Amino acid sequence: MENIKIMGEEYIKDTPDFSPGDLIRVITKEKRGDKTRLHRFEGRVIGKRGSGTGKTFMVRKVTQGIGIEKVFPLYSPIIDSIKILKKGKVRRAKLYYLREREGKAARIKEKK
Amino acid sequence: MLIGRKLGMTRVFEETGEVVSISVIKASPVFVLDKRTEEKDGYNAYVLGFGKKKERRVKKPVLGLTKKAGVDPVEIIREFKTGDLSEFDVGNEIPVSIFKKGDLVDVTGWSKGRGFQGVVKRWGFKGGPASHGSRFHRQPGSAGAGTYPGRVVKGKKFPGRMGNERVTIKNIEVVKIDKEKGLVGLKGAVPGSRGNIILIRRKGNN
Repeated sequence: MENIKIMGEEYIKDTPDFSPGDLIRVITKEKRGDKTRLHRFEGRVIGKRGSGTGKTFMVRKVTQGIGIEKVFPLYSPIIDSIKILKKGKVRRAKLYYLREREGKAARIKEKK
Repeated sequence: MLIGRKLGMTRVFEETGEVVSISVIKASPVFVLDKRTEEKDGYNAYVLGFGKKKERRVKKPVLGLTKKAGVDPVEIIREFKTGDLSEFDVGNEIPVSIFKKGDLVDVTGWSKGRGFQGVVKRWGFKGGPASHGSRFHRQPGSAGAGTYPGRVVKGKKFPGRMGNERVTIKNIEVVKIDKEKGLVGLKGAVPGSRGNIILIRRKGNN
């Protein structure tokens, strides 16, 4: 039987090869009426999940002491661009431990 | 009217970024093999054939039908009642592009067999309390009154075989059409498991 994934093929495009621990900047497009606005979200990738068109990634940042986490569908058409700012060196796939840490304890070593 | 095979489910994006779950149906090739007419058969219908099969694997009556229509041997044959027989001719291929994004369709298939199930799953009975000393959990309870009527009413909901029946779901939205690959993407779920035969009709055209 043919693979069902063939129906979503066209959505799967090249995306930057980032991994958990990386500091990234996600620019999203938001349509309000006839105007399109760009939004920026900068933070650590704390996990990736899913496959095919359903692939998503989670970005965490801390603003004014409040942690904000956003889940983006990787192939969503609202994502304008993804830029890797820093590669992080981590030893697990899901960085949920960052939620219990703040400040210096939440640092991640940079990968050279 | 299309006959197809359910390939499975996946998810696609709308332009606005919304995610829609779709069932993917492979619905080609579909050919018109014959017509049933009011004068000859007492009703109007198309006889459609779906799929490809090796000639030596097809039974002879099917082969006769496909030869007459001038098409390759088909796997599945189904009739679709219709009011208008002029749309297609015998031997025509029905492309998936007869449907377009946003159309509403009725979808028929055979549901997954669930085996012998109790009344809670089969009929949605509420069941009893799980704890607090209750000894009545998932039982059907009383089957009726006593001396009058002195019998169990017909059609009383009891445990039994569930699923594996013909199910039609109405007003399913067509989300995507892939002409080259002959695929139809329908919003949400569709009866049956992967590989099942699915019939797609225009909304209300039953």
